[in-house]
Amino acid sequence: MTEVTLSKVVKKYGQHQAVHGIDLDIQDGEFVVLVGPSGCGKSTTLRMIAGLEDISGGDVTIGGRVVNDLPPRERNISMVFQNYALYPHMTVRENLGFSLKIAKRPEQEIVKAVDEAAGILGLDELMDRKPAALSGGQRQRVAMGRAIVRHPDVFLFDEPLSNLDAKLRTQMRVEIKKLHQKVESTIIYVTHDQVEAMTLADRIVLMRDGHIVQVGTPLELFNRPVDTFVATFIGSPPMNLVDGVVQGETIVLNGSISVPLPVTAGPLTNGQAVKFGFRADNLMPIGHAVEEEGAVHELDLSVTLTEPLGTETLLFTNLAGVEVQAKMFNPRPVTPGEQLQFRLMLDKCHVFDAKSGQAVRG
Amino acid sequence: MDRNQSHRNRRRVLKTLHLTALFLTMMIICIPGLWIVLNSFRPTVEIMAKPPVWVPSFTLDHYRAMFAGAGEGGVPVFSYFRNSLIVSVTSTLIAILIGMSGGYAFARYRFKGKNGYFVGLMLFRAVPGVALSLPLFIVFAKVGIIDTHFGLILAYVAMNVPFTIWLTDGFFRQIPKELHEAAEIDGCTRWQAFWQVEFPVARSGVASAAIFAFLTSWNEFALASQLTRSVGSKTMPVGLLDFTAEFTINWGGMCALAVLMIVPALILTFIVQKHLIAGLTFGGVKG
Repeated sequence: MTEVTLSKVVKKYGQHQAVHGIDLDIQDGEFVVLVGPSGCGKSTTLRMIAGLEDISGGDVTIGGRVVNDLPPRERNISMVFQNYALYPHMTVRENLGFSLKIAKRPEQEIVKAVDEAAGILGLDELMDRKPAALSGGQRQRVAMGRAIVRHPDVFLFDEPLSNLDAKLRTQMRVEIKKLHQKVESTIIYVTHDQVEAMTLADRIVLMRDGHIVQVGTPLELFNRPVDTFVATFIGSPPMNLVDGVVQGETIVLNGSISVPLPVTAGPLTNGQAVKFGFRADNLMPIGHAVEEEGAVHELDLSVTLTEPLGTETLLFTNLAGVEVQAKMFNPRPVTPGEQLQFRLMLDKCHVFDAKSGQAVRG
Repeated sequence: MDRNQSHRNRRRVLKTLHLTALFLTMMIICIPGLWIVLNSFRPTVEIMAKPPVWVPSFTLDHYRAMFAGAGEGGVPVFSYFRNSLIVSVTSTLIAILIGMSGGYAFARYRFKGKNGYFVGLMLFRAVPGVALSLPLFIVFAKVGIIDTHFGLILAYVAMNVPFTIWLTDGFFRQIPKELHEAAEIDGCTRWQAFWQVEFPVARSGVASAAIFAFLTSWNEFALASQLTRSVGSKTMPVGLLDFTAEFTINWGGMCALAVLMIVPALILTFIVQKHLIAGLTFGGVKG
């Protein structure tokens, strides 16, 4: 049983504070993704869990044991690095078996464990090669193999896919997910890519400037973002945000168009400045929309630009002076300038306080 | 004329010029060495002959004389060789150990005044060794380590450490820090991570630093000629002076001893050649 707990964990570099007292409980066997823009402290947090960075304050607990001052080797963790960090002077076999050799396990056991890991990751053909003779994807697999050979309590991944090309990244993403299903260990995974976070995580931890902004399942973050930062970070394309002012039961967007208040919105005062948010999926041209129950508001908008994606086309249009994106399902060719009637799914819209950026939800 | 033809001709001319220049350069580099080897096998009369004798004859007289007893023009070759070997090998080993630790520290750790220390070490290289010979002589004489292996080793270690630090710092800097982090996560202590992972990866660099340190010590003359004076401590370069008398120089004998000096250095260089080249081109290789 290996839970990982961070309580009030702080990291300071001299005067600069990189991580501001974060609290996080990670369950045994959970796949948690730390995500955020660069410089948000996610890698630092991971490295503190690994023992590669000192902890300036708070406690890190792995499996009920406070590990603040333990060196990495006593934490029973393994880590996959962004640049793989394979030992260049060893063959794949030696790379995989290195940790067991250091632990002075019997030769037979090492061979067995290495072969098993190689089998899981399809490395059998490459065992006698040096890392220099491997492709990026193969190196990535060796790095993962080296991590699983020891059956650690916790796997740590530090942006493991960012050095791969787009196609390989998608493949490896699936492999990592399969790996998690097989080994069932706790995984903490750091990335700046929200797609990776969404697809892999049981729970996402979204960080900014050394603080945790929101923790939740991918769908919780997608459907119920706590503020505008989460709303624009998670999901592709990012959520459309339009400034508005509350007026009775409507929101007047940039002083021109008024839309009804979404029923999901919480208590708002008359005249309150807000940001009105909705995803491209919830603004669809009539006749090319996904039919859903719920309140609908209809809008006439002219298309400025189109991005065909095959099963759907992204339409760029102008709502109250702000460029917003809409989605056309079952698409037909659209010429820029064309006027279309759109349905806005009011139940899926979000209202954020303009000043604090916090969601106002009922 | 056809334009292709003229370009072809131009390329040919350039290539010929290139090869001629290379040949001349190599000649300038190689002829002194060749002269030494040839003259060690020629009778003295022939070496001094004017006009020169173009077709050399062959004799081993100089070698015979050199290994002969003290009264017959011989010099204590074996003692000199032993001294050179002891001094060079020991000083290289110590310089590499200290230099590698220093280089690693400069490459891996942050500490106060790091740049200052580094520049200081490099400045030390700017001081000509000969300028230090008198102060060293006086200090060594007072301390009582003049004319000993220990004194010479100490001087050579001091001479070689800055260069070794500079060279190994560069090599360790090339190794991503994630390698030792990965090793530590795999169960190594910092010490194990260094010896199991970082040292083998930087092996070529350390080998090239070692060969440079060895050759510096092996060939050094200026300091050794001041700090050693007896058969028990004189190194081979100093031993060459045995062939000079007040009015004459025994060129043949000197060349013969010089050949004995060159051979081990050549053999060593060939043995570590692979590492040397890998080490010197380390920076150009991307993992």
